Amino acid sequence: MAPSLEEPVQVDLNAPLKAAPKLVAPEPEHCPGPESEQAGVADNCAGCPNQKICASAPKGPDPDIPVITERLASVRHKILVLSGKGGVGKSTFSTMLSHAFASNPSLTVGLMDTDICGPSIPKMMGVEEETIHVSAEGWEPVWVSENLGVMSVQFMLPGRDDAVIWRGAKKNGLIKKFLMEVRWGEMDMLIVDTPPGTSDEHLSVNSFLKSSGVDGAVLVSTPQEVSLLDVRKEIDFCRKAKIPILGIVENMSGFVCPGCKHESQIFRASTGGAKRLAADEKIPFLGAVPLDPRIGMACDFGESFLDAYPESPACKAIRHVVRRVAEEIGMQDDVLDREE
Amino acid sequence: MPLENISHIVLVLSGKGGVGKSSITTQLALALSLQGKSVGVLDIDLTGPSIPRFFGIEQSRVKQAPGGWIPVEVHAEQTLPATQHADGAANGTAPQQSYGTRVGALSCMSLGFILPNRGDAVIWRGPKKTAMVRQFLTDVLWPELDFLLVDTPPGTSDEHISLLETLLKTTAATAQLAGAVVVTTPQAIAISDVKKELNFCTKTGVRVLGVVENMAGFVCPNCSECCNVFSKGGGEVMAKDFNVPFLGSVPIDPAFVMLVEEGVRPTYPKGTVVGGKALVEREESVESKDGLLVDKYRECSLAPVFGEFVARLAGDVEARVAA
Repeated sequence: MAPSLEEPVQVDLNAPLKAAPKLVAPEPEHCPGPESEQAGVADNCAGCPNQKICASAPKGPDPDIPVITERLASVRHKILVLSGKGGVGKSTFSTMLSHAFASNPSLTVGLMDTDICGPSIPKMMGVEEETIHVSAEGWEPVWVSENLGVMSVQFMLPGRDDAVIWRGAKKNGLIKKFLMEVRWGEMDMLIVDTPPGTSDEHLSVNSFLKSSGVDGAVLVSTPQEVSLLDVRKEIDFCRKAKIPILGIVENMSGFVCPGCKHESQIFRASTGGAKRLAADEKIPFLGAVPLDPRIGMACDFGESFLDAYPESPACKAIRHVVRRVAEEIGMQDDVLDREE
Repeated sequence: MPLENISHIVLVLSGKGGVGKSSITTQLALALSLQGKSVGVLDIDLTGPSIPRFFGIEQSRVKQAPGGWIPVEVHAEQTLPATQHADGAANGTAPQQSYGTRVGALSCMSLGFILPNRGDAVIWRGPKKTAMVRQFLTDVLWPELDFLLVDTPPGTSDEHISLLETLLKTTAATAQLAGAVVVTTPQAIAISDVKKELNFCTKTGVRVLGVVENMAGFVCPNCSECCNVFSKGGGEVMAKDFNVPFLGSVPIDPAFVMLVEEGVRPTYPKGTVVGGKALVEREESVESKDGLLVDKYRECSLAPVFGEFVARLAGDVEARVAA
């Protein structure tokens, strides 16, 4: 049989999710997804060993969603950090954003790492060796400081380098647990760091958080077109999923040689960079952060770059971006110290 | 089974995103082609396909034929004219250059060739991705290939599981599966994710052909001083820890980025030395965009680095088949 060249079918982003039933066999090709309304009755379900289970599972929205909404009712702002491309600095930016907001002692900040196969947040936060404590009220996030809590799959692995070889459905289950079981408590801000792409993790975060309300997404990109190409896809995803876009940050833009102070465009913005993309797509441009090797080093050692090098140009650029994010979500501008 | 035309399948893996899997895949393919091998590149990064952009063939579309898809051709088998700027010519040690270079055919397959708009998101859950990966492995009509390079998305999830399941299910493909090249960058954050990928290889029984450390250092075009933008040496230490071969380090070369982004023939300021070899400076300062990608790549500072990598890989893989 010759394969078809039809336009790839998109998932219905507005369809309510129902609870996924326990399956007896792995999901087959072209499975509509056990949590979809079509589960068990779609054409592709014929002959699947799970068909009966999916068809007889209770219909209607996932009963866990109200539980999540209640859990998160005490979290005032929720921000997603997205990018279609990997390695552009999503996790780095998420940690900076968390550190910056948490530098105000009157704010409580949570950081949730939904990158299940490549979690970086614990190492960047310097809490790689921690484990999760489970109490009667739920899972306790790992506290980096008094007002900054973190949750990641890394805390649950027996060995630090263990591979998490999971298919989508299993990853979705864990993300749901992060939202349902974790005692986020009274919080001013929950920052959700995501893996690259537009797949299971993103769909799940979107559908689980839809009814609790997300303030919006911050998109991170590097200046070159190879990266912007994937970020365009992420913008398309946000629009389809109706996630407000708070703006786009350009990371690794320009590199100043420590020897001769000459600025090079390592990742050359041949198509105008993120600024041009933001203008084309009519979304706010939040700022550009230069490439500073000390940022990567601070992340490797689990330190806050903002605390370590407050006078560096990169730090000033980051603080500007954070202030812009705060503006976009309508926080008072005294959240961060005023610019000198 | 359309994979039967293929002698060796090599996966390009990394736990971390943005370390240069697609860039390394592209350069491995070009270097293999420059050594006269016929090469195919399969891009199974479904939500962020970069291969069409790297080869400068974003406008190309996959053609359908009875029985499957025909991959997009980058260039056919041919002899490239000799260049006076070819690497090594500086030290006068490359006599084969004067007769021109025989290059093998190169073709690619990616979801990017099927999407109607380049900015469209592919919002797929696992089962759909699984189906697509399987289709890519069973329905692409590859020509006779010495090497098929498979470029993967970051992580250890649906695409990777499906890829290996499908390859390991058929015994023929298992014999063809030469192993994996694992890409990392030097900093500890990337290394910690890539270690997970090495454990994935151990668990699934995929041989690690070698570790490549990408973005190791950046040579300032102004003062020619090398700066370790993303630190250095992490890849080699990791390879030693996991007892797998270390292929080498690849510095950041802005001329390669320019070549990919704008198709500009690589040029270097006078006195640039990479890997102990002085690069030839071009007399004309005009930016030239003519010629095949593989032809222009011959003048990139990274071409000899990758030439060594693939010579080592091909030797290793072929010796194993012979044994």
